[in-house]
Amino acid sequence: MIQVIAFYLFATLCIAAGALTILARNPVHSVLWLIVAFFNAAGLMVLVGAEFIAMLLVIVYVGAVAVLFLFVVMMLDIDFAELRAGFIRNFPLGFALALVLLMELVLGIGAYRAGALKLGTPDGTAAPLAGANNIEAIGALLYSRYLFLFEAAGLVLLVAMIGAIVLTHRQRSDVRGQNIAKQNARRPDEATHNVKPEVGKGVSL
Amino acid sequence: MTAFFQSLGLSFEAAWTIATVAGILLIAFPVMLAVAIVIYFDRKIWAAMALRKGPNVVGPFGILQSFADGLKVFLQETIIPSAANKGLFLIAPIITFTVALLAWAVIPFSATAILSNINVGLLYILAISSLGVYGTVIAGWSSNSKYPFFSAMRASAQMISYEVSIGFILICVVLWAGSFNLQTIVEAQKGHVFGIINGFVANPLLFPMWVMFLISGMAETQRAPFDLTEAESELVAGYQTEYSSMAFALYWLGEYANVLLMCALNAVLFWGGYLPPLDIPVLYAVPGLVWMLGKILFFFFIFSWVKATVPRYRYDQLMRLGWKVFLPVSLAWVVIVSGYLMFTGHFA
Repeated sequence: MIQVIAFYLFATLCIAAGALTILARNPVHSVLWLIVAFFNAAGLMVLVGAEFIAMLLVIVYVGAVAVLFLFVVMMLDIDFAELRAGFIRNFPLGFALALVLLMELVLGIGAYRAGALKLGTPDGTAAPLAGANNIEAIGALLYSRYLFLFEAAGLVLLVAMIGAIVLTHRQRSDVRGQNIAKQNARRPDEATHNVKPEVGKGVSL
Repeated sequence: MTAFFQSLGLSFEAAWTIATVAGILLIAFPVMLAVAIVIYFDRKIWAAMALRKGPNVVGPFGILQSFADGLKVFLQETIIPSAANKGLFLIAPIITFTVALLAWAVIPFSATAILSNINVGLLYILAISSLGVYGTVIAGWSSNSKYPFFSAMRASAQMISYEVSIGFILICVVLWAGSFNLQTIVEAQKGHVFGIINGFVANPLLFPMWVMFLISGMAETQRAPFDLTEAESELVAGYQTEYSSMAFALYWLGEYANVLLMCALNAVLFWGGYLPPLDIPVLYAVPGLVWMLGKILFFFFIFSWVKATVPRYRYDQLMRLGWKVFLPVSLAWVVIVSGYLMFTGHFA
């Protein structure tokens, strides 16, 4: 009973938040609705017993990705009239994209109704671990059967990260950086000195 | 507790619901009460270190000061700036306060007193603490005012930076304990060093991790010396500038609840949680709850002590510490700890 109530609550909120993400006028509101959608999706994951995936969803998407989205969107200086001006011009492209996404959705549902994929059961390597919890089961699979794919994914991410840093890093000569070692090595007696000015006289610096 | 309600003749579902709600109330109310007392404690420690008296007027030794402050803000008018985004402006403090209370669900107060003893307890805490930034960022943006906005930018950068190194530090603890479950982590610390000291902190490989965790915890909760988000000399009061009355009080309560949570995490992950400091049978006569609360108060004293003595960091120093010192060191430490554990056959 509790599970049923929780499922309908999470599912309804997830769909509503998803709809509001695209309906909201203000981009910041959109990002916040997206976060609500992520959060409810995590709730659904908990309900099916995938608590590890649920926590990862919250940590990675809500905790890191959405914060960056929000960070960027908050900085935007939005002119709503300008935003709506290009609507007709961009309509065909947007419509085509929407059509592709709809087709993918239909295909996905069709594939789902065709029955479950029997991944790895014929040779027995990926049989579910009896009595193991989520993390152990995923770990056993990732670090044995899918080790090379996992490492390859890591490598791709590393290359992407280095690429992003190389592309955006500029050596600028006009900016003065902080020399932390020099600052730490500074001592009071070399940083200050008493000039002992006479009464009524100023100090030249 | 579910079994108790079931023995009263209720069905399992009804008993579970009542037990869970009772458990939530049993944790949330003491936490809020503890926050009120701990604010008084904080002010007294701070005053003592500055050779002042601190709150000493309301009640004996001023002990009712926090409650008087609470009543005062409760009776004030909530002012909403006319240019503010009204809905988000009011939701932001609620998010901060709720998130500060949520994480307490998985903290083991004693061997039996845990609201939800889940497998992914530590990941849950990481997930919840990563939500904390939203209260601050939304407040800064919806206030529609420049200082709160600067503060929100600082807060999001600061909290994301330190979460990364906290994640690696926690991995070291998880590697040694072999579980994400907080109770298993506490039990793994029983007689950890020479079979007599309870706590990972006495382990020479994990001691540096504890020091880094303590400092990262201060940065994560935006306590001094890392309270750059509300640096009054630069940003008025940071993201709280436009807030008044209960909305302001919610930030206040949430901030201290977060600090207490960090203290509790220090105790649970490195200092043996509800176990006594030494693995001697006589010490187990004292209830686990007393040890746990004692450790939380001890760490709160350290937080207050640091706040009273250390000057505020510069922002570039804060970022340098997070990204150039803590991140590489904790990353290297994960390799060292896992290498040591593999070498000694810990997982065999």
